[in-house]
Amino acid sequence: MIRHITCIRCPMGCYLTVRLEEGKEPDVFGNQCRLGVQYARTECTNPTRMLTSTVRLENARQLAMAPVKSAAPLPKHRVMECARALKNIRVRPPLRVSDIIVENICNTGVDIICTRDIADNNERAGMAFGQNNPTQKVRKRNEV
Amino acid sequence: MREIELVVIGGGPAGLAAAVAAWEEGVRDLLILEREESLGGILNQCIHNGFGLHMFKEELTGPEYAQRYIDQVHERNIPYLCGTMVLDLSPGRVVTAVNREGMLQLKAKSVVLAMGCRERPKGALNIPGDRPVGVYTAGTAQKFVNLDGYMPGRKVVILGSGDIGLIMARRMTLEGAEVSAVVELMPYSGGLTRNIVQCLDDYDIPLKLSHTVTRVVGRDRLEGVEVSAVDENRVPIAGSEEYIPCDTMLLSVGLLPENELSRAAAVELSPVTGGAVVGESLQTNIEGVFACGNVLHVHDLVDFVSEESAAAGRHAARYIHGAAWHAGDGVPVVAENGVRYTVPFQIHPGRVEESVDIRFRVENVYRGHCIAVYFDGERVFRRKARILTPGEMETVTLPRKVFESHPQTRKITVRIEKE
Repeated sequence: MIRHITCIRCPMGCYLTVRLEEGKEPDVFGNQCRLGVQYARTECTNPTRMLTSTVRLENARQLAMAPVKSAAPLPKHRVMECARALKNIRVRPPLRVSDIIVENICNTGVDIICTRDIADNNERAGMAFGQNNPTQKVRKRNEV
Repeated sequence: MREIELVVIGGGPAGLAAAVAAWEEGVRDLLILEREESLGGILNQCIHNGFGLHMFKEELTGPEYAQRYIDQVHERNIPYLCGTMVLDLSPGRVVTAVNREGMLQLKAKSVVLAMGCRERPKGALNIPGDRPVGVYTAGTAQKFVNLDGYMPGRKVVILGSGDIGLIMARRMTLEGAEVSAVVELMPYSGGLTRNIVQCLDDYDIPLKLSHTVTRVVGRDRLEGVEVSAVDENRVPIAGSEEYIPCDTMLLSVGLLPENELSRAAAVELSPVTGGAVVGESLQTNIEGVFACGNVLHVHDLVDFVSEESAAAGRHAARYIHGAAWHAGDGVPVVAENGVRYTVPFQIHPGRVEESVDIRFRVENVYRGHCIAVYFDGERVFRRKARILTPGEMETVTLPRKVFESHPQTRKITVRIEKE
């Protein structure tokens, strides 16, 4: 079987032709470097993709959604299913980067993790967690 | 009025990197002013990955990349104010801002402009039709979906194949919308090949090159769009119209550096980049005022924004600590033969520290060409490039010794040449 794909390993975007035969390593043509061969082989035998999406925060105030990602690439054909599975999840702050939001999404063995620090009052999301932020002083003394 | 050594206008990736770099050079009397409620800038809504490959050798999402710099700001206790909008910057470097507490004015010794850019709005496009609900810029839709948790619509057509349009094609699909087509005026896409593959091909979303939207249909709510093919002069071809039903149209048709404050301060802007005309130190024509990031010229990779902005922060610190840098003059850097523009626009050889980064974009797609730099008539640099495209910003780094060995140079030229 012959497949055609565009390589994404560098901006050249080489148009690759891949010959797939039962039991043999795929043959790759049209690449201008080694990266293309490896990309084409993986893409034709076991394509994977990272999933990035959002999950709804309970008690949403200024920020309504927490950004999340799959901790590792998922099988490409299962990405939409995993994206749909996030629809009814609710999370509460405080949250930190890499907190696990959903373990083993859709039984893929891959967790969904948080990608942003979100403070527990969810108001001043840029403020540090419990740190004595020196801007407090400046805020209260806006001089005119 | 409070006097302050450094004000950084903007708390996105540019402002954060500049503030951290200035702090590292010893500046302690500084303040970042950010109009949104959080630091992080546009990265907060860029929840997809692909950021940080150069800077951190990792593939991060936008918020994660922002968090790396927000953490650096917190570690150093660099002061910042969120929810604070700068309304005016005077040529004398007086910053006027407003927030819930009231108004504040700061007389700054130095200012770093890091306000980023905004999208070309739908009004600029003059597409015939009524003005129904359902037409948004791609970035607005991205904010609605990723921060506010709203779906702008369910049946989508996207005008413009730049990266924001491609990313939103995928995002809307992942949230259950049907994206019927991405329509692109040019015969090529402005976005990364990786995005064409992972946002369009993966979801079987057609890319219609050399097409445009010629009519918007719908009175109260968008009902559909008329899409036409265009000829080599980008003029719609009569008879090629196709009607696509939809309830949402997203526009990804260009980014514009946001320089209202710069104009107020009488900063000289370039008509090509839309950003400030700067020298090797990223200083504008106003002494003590520096620019970096998307407000200077629109970038593709945030890693380069961070590099450029760290340089601006370092130079702002030098200026604060007494470097006598009068604005203007310097050897002009000329873009020609396929190079659309360069940043910086001029270089003072005596102010070059270790090296100078010249960043530029080409006007067309070039395969098998070279980047060449000339000092007057002599070529001092040449680099082969398998491919050069308008969608990928390039960098040439010139070391100090090149300037030392060519002391009387009157003109520096950056151009594209055949191999």
